Amino acid sequence: MSRRVMLVEDEPNITEAIRFLLIRDGWEVETHADGTDAVEVISSAKPDLVILDVMLPGKSGMEILTELRARDDLQGLPVLMLTARGQSRDRDLAEKAGVSRFMTKPFSNSEVLTAVRDLHAQATQT
Amino acid sequence: MASLNVLVLVCLGYVALLFLVAFAADRLAATGRSTWLRSPLIYTLSLSIYCTAWTFYGAVGYAARSGLEFVTIYVGPTLVMIGWWWGLRKLVRVGRSQRVTSIADLISSRYGKSNTLAICVTILAVISVTPYIALQLQSITLSFSIFAEADPNNSYNEIASVFWVAAGLAVFAILFGTRNLDANERHHGVVTAVAIEAVVKLIALLAVGIFVVWGVAGGVTDTMARIDASEIGQWNIDRGRWATITFLAAAAFVCLPRMFQVMVVENDDERHLRTAAWAFPLYLLLMSLFVIPIAVVGLDLMPEGANPDLFVLTVPLSQGQQGLAMLSFLGGFSSATSMVIVAAMALSTMVSNHIVMPIWLSSRGSGASVSGDVRSVVLLARRVSIAVIMALGYFYYRLSGGGAALAAIGLIAFAGIAQILPALVGGLFWRGATRTGALAGLTVGFVLWLYTLLLPGIGGEVMPAVVMENGLFGLSWLKPQALFGIDGLDPMVHSVMWSLSLNAAAFCVVSLFGFPSPIERLQAAQFVNVFEHSAGPRGWVGSVAQSEDLMIMSQRILGAREAQVFFHAEAQRQGGRGHLPEPTPMFLQRLERELAGSVGAATAHAMIGQIVGGSSVSVEDLLAVADESAQLLEYSSQLEAKSDELSRTAHQLREANEKLTQISLQKDNFLSQVSHELRTPMTSIRAFSEILRDTEGLQPDEQTRYATIIHDEALRLTRLLDDLLDLSVLENGQVNLNMGEGMLAEVLDRAVSTAMTGASREMRILRNETNERIPVHSDLDRLTQVFINLIANARKYCDATAPELSIRVHEVGGKVVVDMIDNGSGIPRDSRKLVFEKFARVSAERAGGAGLGLAICREIMQRLGGDIIYLNGHQGAAFRVSFPSGYQLAAQ
Amino acid sequence: MSAEPEIDPGDPGQVSHPPVFLERQGYRRRRLMDAARLLPLIGAGLFAVPLLWSGTSETEAPYSLSSAIIYIFGVWAGLIVLAALFGYGARRLGRSSDVPGPEPD
Repeated sequence: MSRRVMLVEDEPNITEAIRFLLIRDGWEVETHADGTDAVEVISSAKPDLVILDVMLPGKSGMEILTELRARDDLQGLPVLMLTARGQSRDRDLAEKAGVSRFMTKPFSNSEVLTAVRDLHAQATQT
Repeated sequence: MASLNVLVLVCLGYVALLFLVAFAADRLAATGRSTWLRSPLIYTLSLSIYCTAWTFYGAVGYAARSGLEFVTIYVGPTLVMIGWWWGLRKLVRVGRSQRVTSIADLISSRYGKSNTLAICVTILAVISVTPYIALQLQSITLSFSIFAEADPNNSYNEIASVFWVAAGLAVFAILFGTRNLDANERHHGVVTAVAIEAVVKLIALLAVGIFVVWGVAGGVTDTMARIDASEIGQWNIDRGRWATITFLAAAAFVCLPRMFQVMVVENDDERHLRTAAWAFPLYLLLMSLFVIPIAVVGLDLMPEGANPDLFVLTVPLSQGQQGLAMLSFLGGFSSATSMVIVAAMALSTMVSNHIVMPIWLSSRGSGASVSGDVRSVVLLARRVSIAVIMALGYFYYRLSGGGAALAAIGLIAFAGIAQILPALVGGLFWRGATRTGALAGLTVGFVLWLYTLLLPGIGGEVMPAVVMENGLFGLSWLKPQALFGIDGLDPMVHSVMWSLSLNAAAFCVVSLFGFPSPIERLQAAQFVNVFEHSAGPRGWVGSVAQSEDLMIMSQRILGAREAQVFFHAEAQRQGGRGHLPEPTPMFLQRLERELAGSVGAATAHAMIGQIVGGSSVSVEDLLAVADESAQLLEYSSQLEAKSDELSRTAHQLREANEKLTQISLQKDNFLSQVSHELRTPMTSIRAFSEILRDTEGLQPDEQTRYATIIHDEALRLTRLLDDLLDLSVLENGQVNLNMGEGMLAEVLDRAVSTAMTGASREMRILRNETNERIPVHSDLDRLTQVFINLIANARKYCDATAPELSIRVHEVGGKVVVDMIDNGSGIPRDSRKLVFEKFARVSAERAGGAGLGLAICREIMQRLGGDIIYLNGHQGAAFRVSFPSGYQLAAQ
Repeated sequence: MSAEPEIDPGDPGQVSHPPVFLERQGYRRRRLMDAARLLPLIGAGLFAVPLLWSGTSETEAPYSLSSAIIYIFGVWAGLIVLAALFGYGARRLGRSSDVPGPEPD
């Protein structure tokens, strides 16, 4: 069973940390640092799960999420959203846009791992 | 021949039976198994207190004098009953939904709970009804005397018997009318006793009638022949009286306190009206069916000068029908007692609620804090009121001396009580009716009735003959029975016409010009639109209904959702499973507080009091309500006066608010960006330190690499904090400029060397040293900081394969201009105006900066009296820094 | 998230507007009410009729009291029967349609 994660994050150090964690947990990780073409990249890669930063160059995480949810093939894709802005308004917006899980930076590594596992488990169950 | 003693024994036995019935009914009602007590039949029969001794005995006398005119007394109520859909239905619904205790209470609560109005109605009722009670006492005494005359060993004392009759009735009324204080003022015992009496008087009259028609006259046709042959055998009526008395009887039927008591207050179920609508007219029809035959036969049989008012008794007696006469006597006795008891009860409620209690409460000063205390006072007040009313009736009887003058009092009382009609009907159907209008109408009607009918009518020399002849003060247009020169009318018609029409006119005109208080308007809506505001017809069921009513009321005040949430929470707090809490004192207190927030404390208290019971506390509360609404009115007028000022202030506030919103928005954005910039390095630091801590078997080079990342990110954090502090200091204008002298070339040298140290990439710097020989007077350190920033940016972002930065300097008119232009691809056009904003992010690449550098540069240059701009028209990134050299300024 | 369904019986905003055309039952009910309203007016009119008879001129023979009695009590009985019929009808219709429309007042 493939366990592939697409990580869309523009901060190289954070990308590296998450990548390190997930690979050690047995995931296949692809990364992308730009918002502009993120939707196309995701739809062609067809990962099992997406980790999405909110503040991305080119196109914000919110916009990307909305576009994902508007597409038939990506509607049910689990999306874990990360933000460093830490405002409750962002959480509301994300929930409205159809986020699966919303987390604030800085996070603990175990939190991220648990969230990714949970989301994946939920998606495969249903 | 029945002796007087037997008669007295029969009376006592009958009263004892009534006691028993009333007692049993009260017990039944208390246990709640009394469904038949609440049947439409009992309700209909209880309405029969309309037929008093005046109608039982007097109708025959009336017929003997004026023929068929007596039926008008019954036709009026018949029309009211069959028209129940128009009026009575609304009256009963209002009475039930407002929990009124008497007609005075109804009028008072309709007109903003005005106690003045209640007092007026109470006084009017007492004055009208007291002679009426005297009339009942007289009829009982007269009927006694008939038997006494026939008794050989006659020891009959009229005065004593009146006294004992009055005392006995008072005791009965006190015992069953004031046994307890029911929240709804219902008295099942009394009502049941009244119903029994209704049956007795109907059977008695029917029995006498049947005896007369078939026993004496010899059948229906013979009776009819006798009727036509008698002295009243011709159809000859006074049309004015016919119409007037019909109308008067209809009005009195609704307005009489005792009728209001049984019809509205004692009503258990609105649907009973549907049955009573035909059953009560039937009762009236049966009551009047044999009146003419009895009168005609009486006139035939009895000697000249016999009192026709007592034909019902004397005709059977003259025929030797002792048993029938006894039955007839009981019928008359029933009529009198039931009327007196209910009337005394109704009047005592009014007197105690609207006159005694307010006085008592205000004399106590501190107010009704102990409810048990108040209850006992109310009961005492009622009992005393009943005794006083009966005493008044007794003394009135003694003073008037009985006789024929008293017989006329029935219609006079009707005319008096009918003065309430305009205020009542107006209150039920016209929202514009006001308290002052009602007061004016009542006063006008009352005075006119007193002057044109009561005083001339009660006999004696109450109204001096001079006034009767020549009018008050000798003014002929003020003659009591010919007001405004309208002469020749029947006194009754004359008085009713003037008093009621001027009453109604005053009521309407004053209402039209007045302005009602808020609570008055609230009540007006509640009354006139009662069918929209109140629940459908349903029986009264104990305490759950109270919670329900509280709920309905609270919804109106708090709003449906809030009220439901509140009630639900309370129900859960009480541990119940239902949606409605029990009306415990705790809950009521909390609800009251909740309501007080919306409508004021006194109103809330009165509202809850009205539903949960204890009309005893309402009087004082209602006074407080009046005060509150008056304050409200005053307050609102002040507000109106200030409205101009307020609107101006509001405008200013709006503008200020817009500014504040903008500022707060900017601040929000800034804070969320700061948060982002702080959290990003912290995220890396946390993630990698956890990796270092938790991961086993990391390679040494991995460890080094991750530690380096942590170190770099920590530095980035420090830089960010420095920049933020720097920016904050600059923006707040708290910076101290450290002005100094130096050559521009030296400043640039220092900047270039600082910016290029540790550079991983070579960049060529093109300079023209000769142009840079400009002496400057400025804060040289700050200036250096700006240049370092620009050079470092070029180093970081210039994307040319062989990066070059040319620094061009010239001096124009005391202004030093330094351009820094690289050979990269520059900044996209639409981002150019953003680069100086805080946290501006132009490129996708992250280079460890937070995006504060250029913002700081601009702040510094502005402090130094210069500027920094982006230069358009160059291929690469081009910044121009300009500032005053300082010397020209000093020379000027 | 399990939001309880909100039952809001007291909210006037949820009261549906009455239909323009009533069903037959409702229509009968309204007409019955009209009749009930009419009844006292008819009664008052009929009871006022005797005002027209009384021996206005001396030449005319005055009406006999017995015929007046028959007329008055006849009208009276008729009104009672009509009121009873209305009461019965209202009860019957009231029972068959438990949810009465807003009463036209």
